[in-house]
Amino acid sequence: MKIDTSKIGKTYSPFTYEVGLEKIREYANAVGESNPVHHDRAAAHDAGFRDVVAPPMFVVVYSAGAMGPAVLDPEIGINLMMMLHGSQEFVWGEPVCAGDAITTRVELKDMREDDGRQFFVFESVSTNQDGAETARGTWTNIVRGG
Amino acid sequence: MNAGDDLPQLDVTPDKYLPHRYAGASGDFNPIHIDPEFAKAVGLPGNILHGLYAMAQVARFASGAAGGDPRRLKRLSVQFRDIGVPEQEITVSGTVKEVRDGTAVIDTVATQGDTRIIRNAEAEIAV
Repeated sequence: MKIDTSKIGKTYSPFTYEVGLEKIREYANAVGESNPVHHDRAAAHDAGFRDVVAPPMFVVVYSAGAMGPAVLDPEIGINLMMMLHGSQEFVWGEPVCAGDAITTRVELKDMREDDGRQFFVFESVSTNQDGAETARGTWTNIVRGG
Repeated sequence: MNAGDDLPQLDVTPDKYLPHRYAGASGDFNPIHIDPEFAKAVGLPGNILHGLYAMAQVARFASGAAGGDPRRLKRLSVQFRDIGVPEQEITVSGTVKEVRDGTAVIDTVATQGDTRIIRNAEAEIAV
């Protein structure tokens, strides 16, 4: 299948995720983040956070609602059955705490074919309720045998 | 922390039901992670770990090397390669590549036995 590179630069509707304390705890428990700042409000306050703070990789939770429609976009036409998550980068800024509202915007940054495989690169930029950037993600998906 | 230093290794064994808990925590319910029969039907050995769970272990390793303060993890870049599976120990190891201007760059890999489930991982931590 030929890829339509005219879609490079396409942006998607922003998605706002409201961060709950119990969701941070659930995520921290699942990935083994036992630092009390991810579980206990007093420990978080003592460490200088506004409230219980999310582990850095919680970015995948609050950006999922913005990433989903991009990856599923029929105009891009990713064959999900043949898709692999190839690589991932995050750059972190302001910490994310319980009570924050994080808005994520996604853009298709690149798509290309190389050696029979298709590469789709998305960038997500997440900001908190004060406009401070919390994380910037580069998501590279590979479709085999495209 | 100096260039060439080996960092404290992180070992973790995801139990049989970890992919289910991670699915609930992350919202990623792709059946290849939680349904062994579906996974086998698409050519996998069984249900497999979420790549982003493995990346979270590398993040935990890197912030641990920075003294456990999540604010000190500034950047993490990984390549997903071979699949990870539950009920087998993951080992995350790494070395300091360079230190400049209060930031250490560390090279990291996550393995299960001889399988490298994450490679070419590079983290930047404030030191």
